[in-house]
Parts: sequence; C-alpha cells; structure tokens
Amino acid sequence: MPTVSVKRDLLFEALGQKYTDEEFDELCFEFGLELDEITSEKEILIREQGGEKAEGASDVVLYKIDVPANRYDLLCLEGLVRGLQVFKEKLEAPRYKRVSPADGGEPQRLVITEETASVRPHAVAAVLRNITFTQERYESFIELQEKLHQNICRKRTLVAIGTHDLDTISGPFTYTAKPPGEIRFKPLSQSREYTAAELMSLYKTDSHLRHYLHIIENEPLYPIIYDSNGIVLSMPPIINGDHSKISLNTKNIFIECTATDLTKVNRFTLIITVCLFVCFNTFFILFRVEEAEVVYPDGRLSVYPELAYRTETLSGDFINKRVGINESAESIAQLLTRMCLRSEVSGEGDLIQVEIPPTRADVIHACDIMEDAAIAYGFNNIVRSTPRTYTVANQLPVNKLTELLRQDLTAAGFTEALTFALCSEEDIADKLRKNITETRAVHISNPKTADFQVARTSLLPGLLKTIAANRKMPLPLKLFEISDVVLKDETKDVGARNNRRLCAVYYNKSPGFEVIHGLLDRVMQLLDVKPGRNQGYHIQAAEDSTFFPGRCAEIFSCGKSIGHLGVLHPDVISRFELTMPCSAIDIDIEPFL
Amino acid sequence: MADTGLLEALLRLLEKVDGGIDSQDVAADLGVDHQLIVGAVKSLQALGEVISAEQKSSKRWELTGEGREIAEQGSHEARVFNAIPDEGLPQNELMKMPSGKVGFSKAMSNKWIRLDKAHEGGPRVFKTVETIEDTVRDKLQLVQKGLSAKLEDKEKNELKKRKLLSEVTVKSYWITKGSSFSTTITKQETELTPEMIASGSWKEKKFKPYNFEAMGVAADCGHLHPLMKVRTQFRQIFLEMGFTEMPTNNFIESSFWNFDSLFQPQQHPARDQHDTFFISDPALAHEFPQDYLERVKQVHSEGGYGSQGYKYDWKIEEAQKNLLRTHTTAVSARMLYKLAQQVNTHTHRLMLVSPLFSSDLTLLCGIIFQEKFTPVKYFSIDRVFRNETLDATHLAEFHQIEGVVADYGLTLGNLMGILHQFFTKLGITKLRFKPAYNPYTEPSMEVFSYHEGLKKWVEVGNSGVFRPEMLLPMGLPEGVSVIAWGLSLERPTMIKYGINNIRELVGHKVNLQMVYDSPICRLDS
Repeated sequence: MPTVSVKRDLLFEALGQKYTDEEFDELCFEFGLELDEITSEKEILIREQGGEKAEGASDVVLYKIDVPANRYDLLCLEGLVRGLQVFKEKLEAPRYKRVSPADGGEPQRLVITEETASVRPHAVAAVLRNITFTQERYESFIELQEKLHQNICRKRTLVAIGTHDLDTISGPFTYTAKPPGEIRFKPLSQSREYTAAELMSLYKTDSHLRHYLHIIENEPLYPIIYDSNGIVLSMPPIINGDHSKISLNTKNIFIECTATDLTKVNRFTLIITVCLFVCFNTFFILFRVEEAEVVYPDGRLSVYPELAYRTETLSGDFINKRVGINESAESIAQLLTRMCLRSEVSGEGDLIQVEIPPTRADVIHACDIMEDAAIAYGFNNIVRSTPRTYTVANQLPVNKLTELLRQDLTAAGFTEALTFALCSEEDIADKLRKNITETRAVHISNPKTADFQVARTSLLPGLLKTIAANRKMPLPLKLFEISDVVLKDETKDVGARNNRRLCAVYYNKSPGFEVIHGLLDRVMQLLDVKPGRNQGYHIQAAEDSTFFPGRCAEIFSCGKSIGHLGVLHPDVISRFELTMPCSAIDIDIEPFL
Repeated sequence: MADTGLLEALLRLLEKVDGGIDSQDVAADLGVDHQLIVGAVKSLQALGEVISAEQKSSKRWELTGEGREIAEQGSHEARVFNAIPDEGLPQNELMKMPSGKVGFSKAMSNKWIRLDKAHEGGPRVFKTVETIEDTVRDKLQLVQKGLSAKLEDKEKNELKKRKLLSEVTVKSYWITKGSSFSTTITKQETELTPEMIASGSWKEKKFKPYNFEAMGVAADCGHLHPLMKVRTQFRQIFLEMGFTEMPTNNFIESSFWNFDSLFQPQQHPARDQHDTFFISDPALAHEFPQDYLERVKQVHSEGGYGSQGYKYDWKIEEAQKNLLRTHTTAVSARMLYKLAQQVNTHTHRLMLVSPLFSSDLTLLCGIIFQEKFTPVKYFSIDRVFRNETLDATHLAEFHQIEGVVADYGLTLGNLMGILHQFFTKLGITKLRFKPAYNPYTEPSMEVFSYHEGLKKWVEVGNSGVFRPEMLLPMGLPEGVSVIAWGLSLERPTMIKYGINNIRELVGHKVNLQMVYDSPICRLDS
C-alpha cells in the first residue's frame, strides 16, 4: 500500500479547515484511507540516524497517509485534497481538457525512430504552459513524479517519466536508441559530460539510481531523446540531461513518458500515467495542458495526452440491491458525484449516467461504481443483515480424521508439534541419509534462504528440529504431528499433491522402540484395524537408510505399505544435533479415509 | 521421629506452664542440645494439634573462647598484677608470661603498676596499689550467668571490641499447647490403606495432615499445540454457522488458480519473485479447463461481462507457472468453478449421455437435480506461503482463515451481518468497516474491532464481494453474489496466548514448556 507524506498545515490550508488528529483519522477511515503516522522530518531523522543528524531539521508536522494500491489519483497532496474536498461536497470535481497551442501555433512533436523497437518502443508526450511554481508546489510536482514511478510505473520497469523546461530546448524532438558508447551528455547534477557507458558505472554506487540500471544495462542500444539541436533531454529510464532541468522559475514544461514492450499494458499504463500527471498538476498549479504529437516509425501520428471521459449507465436498483440500501436514483447520483464520478439521473426509470474521468482508470466495471456509491453512503451506515442462505455443514473427511486422531494421540501421552512445510534439501535428504532424487520433492525456484528450498516430503525433520530446540526439557520427549507433506505426482494438474501423514518420535536415554510400537498399536486400535496379515495390520523387518540397521520395520495395513517405524540411525540423530537414542513412526493416514 | 521419651518430657514441661515456653529454656531445663528440642518440636507438630509452635529469633550475648578463659582465670591485666611480687619483676620476664603483653599495657593504663626503666639490672615492674578489682572478669561472669542485661550497652560493646563477647542470633520456638494437647504420643498414619478399609481400623487411627500448599504431581499426558487449539475453535465456529470445509490440501497451485482466475492481472506486483515462491520442479501446470481458460484470458485482455478488462496480452505461460499458493482463495476459486459446473452440467452432460449411460438412471437423475444453482457456504483454515522478509510477527508460511458464501442477491449489508455473527462468536462485538482495495473483491472492506485494552480500533480481517470478472467466466449465474472474508490464525492466537515472537509459537523453535502450560481455548471468554 503506497504511503503519501504531507505537511499537516498545508493539507489543512488546502482543505480550508482544521481538524484534530482524531477527526482527520475519522475522515480518512470513512474515505478508505489510513492515517498511518503523525511525525516530522526531525522525528524521522532522529529515529533513522540518531539525534545529531536531526539537529536543525524541520519539525513541521507530517501526516503519513496510506492510500489504496489502485487509487493512483490520490498519490499527492493535491490529489488527496481534491478527493476529500469533492467527498465533503466542498468542491466540484474538476474537468480535465487539453488545448491546442495558442495563436494557432504548431504542437510540439516527438518523433520515434525504429531503433527504439528493440529496447523501449513506446512514448507519449504532453506540454504544460504558464506554470507558476511556489516552493511547495514544486516539491509536490517532483514527489508526485517519484510516487508514480514507484507505483503505477513499477519502479520504472514499465514506464519512465521525464520533465523538461521547454524554454531551454526546441522541438521537434527525436526519440531513438544508440550504442552506449555513442551517447554523450551532461546528466542532472553532474558537472561534466559522460558517455552512457561511463554513466552506468558511475551510477552503480548511486543509492537511488542503481535500482534502475538493470532495465537497460544489457541492451545493445540505449534509448535517448534529443531536441532539434542535438541536446539530450533524457536517457530513459535512468536520467535526464542537465540542460533541460526544471526549476522554480520554469514556466513551460515538456513531458515525455516512455515504456518497454513487454505487453500491451505498457501502452495503456503510459497513457494513464501521463493523464494522471497532467491532471493533478492542473488542479493546483493553474496552467494549460497543451497537446503534443507523437510520430511513430510507421508514419502514424497520435495526439496526447488522451484525456478521455467515458460514460457508463446503470440503474439505481442495481446499486441498491448490491449494497443493501434503498436510495433514490437522485440520491445515488449525488453519492457518486462525491466520489469524483459526476453522475445524473437520465430521466428513463432509475437509470443513472456516470462519467468516469481519465484519472479513474481503476473503474472498469459497474461494481467499481457500486463500491464508490457504498463508500459515499458510508459502509458503517449500511444496515447489517444476516443472509438467509440455508446450508448444511460438512467437514472435509481428511481433516475430520486428523482432528479425531490428534485428540487421542495427546491422550496417549504425545505432545503436538507444528513445524514448517518448507525446509532445506539437506533436512529431507542428507540429514535423513536419503538421496534428494529419491524424495519426490517439489523444489522452489526463488528461495531467499536455504530454509525454503523444498516442500517437506516427511514430517520427521521438523520433529527432530523441534527436539533439538528443546533439549533443556525433561526426558522423555514424546512428540507428534499430523499434517501434510508434498510429493510430485504427475496425475495431478499441477504435477504435485499433498499427503496427510502422522509422524511421532520418542526421545530418551533408551531408544524406546516398544513405546513407538505401542503407539502404532494404539493408532490402529483407534482406526479399528485389528492385528493380522490380510485384513489387519502387521509390521515386518525392512531396510531404510534413515533407521538403524535391524531396527526398522515397514508397516502394512490390509496388505498395503503405509509407512515405517524404528530406531533412528545414529548419523541421523547427530546430524540433527541430538545426543540421545530416538525411535520414530511415520505413516500415511489417507488409506483410512 | 525424635525419641518418644524426649517428646513426652517436653510435653510434661509444657503441661506445667500457663502460657508457653521457649525451646531454649526447654533445652536448658532438660539439659540437652537445643537442636534435639527443635527436632522434637517438629515431630510434635507433625502429629496434628498437640502443640503449636511459633518460630522466633532473639539476640544473645555469648562469651568467646578468650572471654571464657578470662571469666575463669581473670583478665590479662589482673593476671599480670598478681604475678608481680612486692620487690617487682624484670620487664623481660614479665613479657614472657602468656598474658604479659596485653596485661602489661592494660595494667599500666589502669595505673596498677609502674615501670622503672633506670633500675639496675634492666627495666623492672612494680605494683603501685595494694589490691585491684578485676571488673572485666566480673562483667564476663555476669554474661556467663545469663545476666548480660545488667551490663550497659557501652560496656558490652567495649568487651565485644576486645573480642571477649560476641552477639549471636538464636532461633528458637515459642511452644504453646495445641487444641488436642496431651502428654502421651499417638502415632499418626500417613495414608489410608486397603487393610484399614477391610479391617475398619481407620476409625481408630489418626492421620497425618496433608500439606495443601504444595503442588500436585504433574499429569502424565500429551498436549495439543496452542495454534491448533485455536484452529479447532475457528473450525467449530464455521461448522456451527453451517459452513462446509473446502479441500485445501494442495499447497502447490498454478498461477492460473492462484491469480488469473481471481482476475489478478499478470503484471500485478504480488506475482513478483519477491513476494511469491515459484516452483522449479514441477515448474508448470499442464491441465486446465480449456473453455474456462479462454474466458479468463478474454476478460483479462479484452474485458467482457460488463468489464473494460485490463487491456494487456494475457499469456498462458504466466498462468502455467506453479507456485506455493499465496492464499487459500485459490481453492475458493476452484470450488466456485466446480459449483458453476454443476449449474451447467445439465445441458452438457445430457448430450454426452450415450446408450451405455442412459441405463444408469441414478446418474441421470443426479444430473437433472443438480442443474439449479445451489447456495453454498464454504470455509477453510490452512497454510499459505509468502516469500517475504521475516520478523517477529511474519513467517514465510502462515494459516489463513477464509469464509465464503455464494447465493442469489447477497448484499454488502449481508457481508457485514455475517461478519458480525462470526466475530460475535469470537467475543468481538464492536465492528466497523473501512473501504480498502483488493484486486479480486469489489467492494473490499477491512474489518476493525475496538480493542478495549489498547483503547483503539485494530484491524482484525479483510473482506469483500468477489468481482463479476472472476465469477461470470466461471459460469455462475449473473444474479449470484459471492461474499468472502479472511484473517490469519496466528495473530489471534498470539493475542490469546500472549506470545510476542511468532517463532516461539510456530515452527521447530517452539517453546515446548509454553505448549505444555497453555490453557484450553475458548475464544469468546
């Protein structure tokens, strides 16, 4: 969930009202936001770097507000204020539109060459005119760009945004791609020119930029944008040129957004990104959004930004029935309008026309509109009612059996352990004196540590590790677990299945085979299986590398092998850092369903 | 048991006094060591209410070894004085006496003797007074007779400084008659025996009282794990509410069921390597319901069912990737798909019925009766996996509790109503709901409850109404709504059992003593 950090006093000034922390928290809650933390730059510095560094830092109160992941339109102070003001009916939702250049001039143009096809083929552009920045608005402008980069742009992997002082450059602009050695420019905040290759090694140690290098690092050609005089605007998605950087005095801004070609979504995201960016800024910084043309390698020409409004029609009845309220169509239209979805009753029955602004790309279905109506109505004002759905409950047979057996195993003196389903290869193979290839184990491709290399194929390692962590407890230790292991199984759609197993261990100064054997007899008694060769259960001597030779038996029930019991091999005991003899039983309980 | 003779002697002494007696005095009277009397007191106490004894400690002055010697033979200075004849004694001879050194300087300062350094034949000591009074010896003799109270504190401290007296703490008992005081001893039985019951002799016997202050012997039993105890209670609650348990015994899931079927787009961050455990072997799922898969692909890439869709190229390769399920909702999706198939089987299956099958009437009837959508309530409590950074409250695997209801016309108000019932069973009655975001539910609500201890609202779960883009491609009828909610099992368990570090609860680093000691779980109390 993204967090937006805003200065409290600025926020209240923009909202035209002061709130206590509790009142503001309440307002956030209603609107689906969360006032996560109340702090200041000073407090943050003290916490992160200690008191000394914080000296002289600002103690202006900051609100950290959690914004739902789909609401890109609330990612900055301006967006939040607009959303809340419209919600409180203090303001009408703004209408976003772009204009043609004044005095019949030509729009700015970005020409995409075919070299970009291999690395970063999509680009859109827009122009903002007549900006008057103040320090705060400037900061908010930069921060919004960064927030968009981190969220909708997925840390620049999907989309990168570049902003430039239009008065320092001259169009038409060219978006192309070149070998890193041939690109040479002075990047932002550097004092001299570098080649692209030099820049990549320079930024290797940059705490911020190094995270983006991988996006183009191994490409033969790097994307690059020039103006008509060959001045570099930016090398997306890494860095802008120093020449066109924006400042507090910037009056006109050229925006370019570029995207990779992984999926169609990037073009879609790109269009939304540029919309969001220009729309926020229109609201508080009074300026014109001017169209810009983009020419594709195939000669096609598009005009951006696309500030498209869409209209959906739905009935008041639909919303009433889904939410569980009973409001007139007019009142529902009013609720939706408070959520920046300008709505009116169309005159035919209870049909409502809802206008979806370009900033609300998250509204893709009538249910999204229904949710906004419910939020505006107030979730906590909706009458809570029990559904009349009549059903009869059933337990899952394997869980029912597990529950019953667990109870009786504790009655038999064994204590329940709860161990991890994921473990290391070593746990299920080497430490049990098995070969990993014979385990039928499911392997994880991206474990962060060795503890998550495989899904367990046996419950035994977990129980032995539990004993190792509890060696200070009085002996004997008698533990059991009834849970799932995971085995490869080609007959299943995913190629693997769970298997419910019962495992128990007895750890003491003497091996206690008879104790574990007695537990088997008890379990079979509970399962109503009598001792016997054919329809009953029996055990017979077996060799298994986990167990001490001559001290292991295979367990058969109704002629089918269901597991093993025996005294553990001394190497197994010491590999789990244990010192006492130990006997164990491990059986499959699914045959008893 | 101490010697009966001694016990009875003590009792006879006690009989004679009105109030009580001190065990030290008893020892003195009977002329035995005090420790023997202490043993006798304890034996008598064990017999019940014969006597009552209260331990007390008192301080007493005692002579040291040197002190006793002085009480007998006189102080060093007196001994020096007495050793000097009228004609005096050479100093070097005097110094050879055992008390010479100390006695000489004390006698000098008492002005009992004088030293003539200029005497011919070396320094010589002479008496200066006729008689002396040996007050040190007198005082020590007083103490020896137990009359130390006659001395002033200053005097006692001075003697202490000279290491002639020491102050000792004496532990003794103040013994008084008990409610069943008697001067004769009856032996008490420790336990009731079968013989006593058979012979009836228990009626005559006296039984040694039990010590009810002591703990009993620990029960020889096994113990259920606390998390599993809480799990059992949640399971019970769902069953009481008529929810059927879903088959969640499949930790390995395909991306298709874990994400795509839930309308979670393929570029969603949750599908990133950083959040989800992917499987390298078996890497891919190989079987999907084809026509359903096509509908899922369509709703993602182009929309439909009233949706704009996400407008991207949906790829089967992404959907095939196997993973460790990140939520049990993957199973809910499978179950809802299965439920939708029952609605649609009617027409499908009838076409498939061959002459071979048509003789099977039961099968046919089954199919016909299942054509109508049946409302369901499902639940599950099982493990889910996240490739997350671990800390005191997060592990790579945890248990998710999930409830799902599918029926015609369910509303958001219904969801809140059923959540109210569910949480009431957990003892939580004050609930409020916050709008939230979840890719596969719309509306989505976070559930908060008022925590009386913390005096604030805390998040206790998540809930929502499944999106039509998820339900309609499955084939569920348009009017059917599905409401659902989820929470973790670990968090309520940690709160219930007061555990701060999740590793002490889940996994092999569990504290078994905590497992042994944990009480039963009643969530509503």
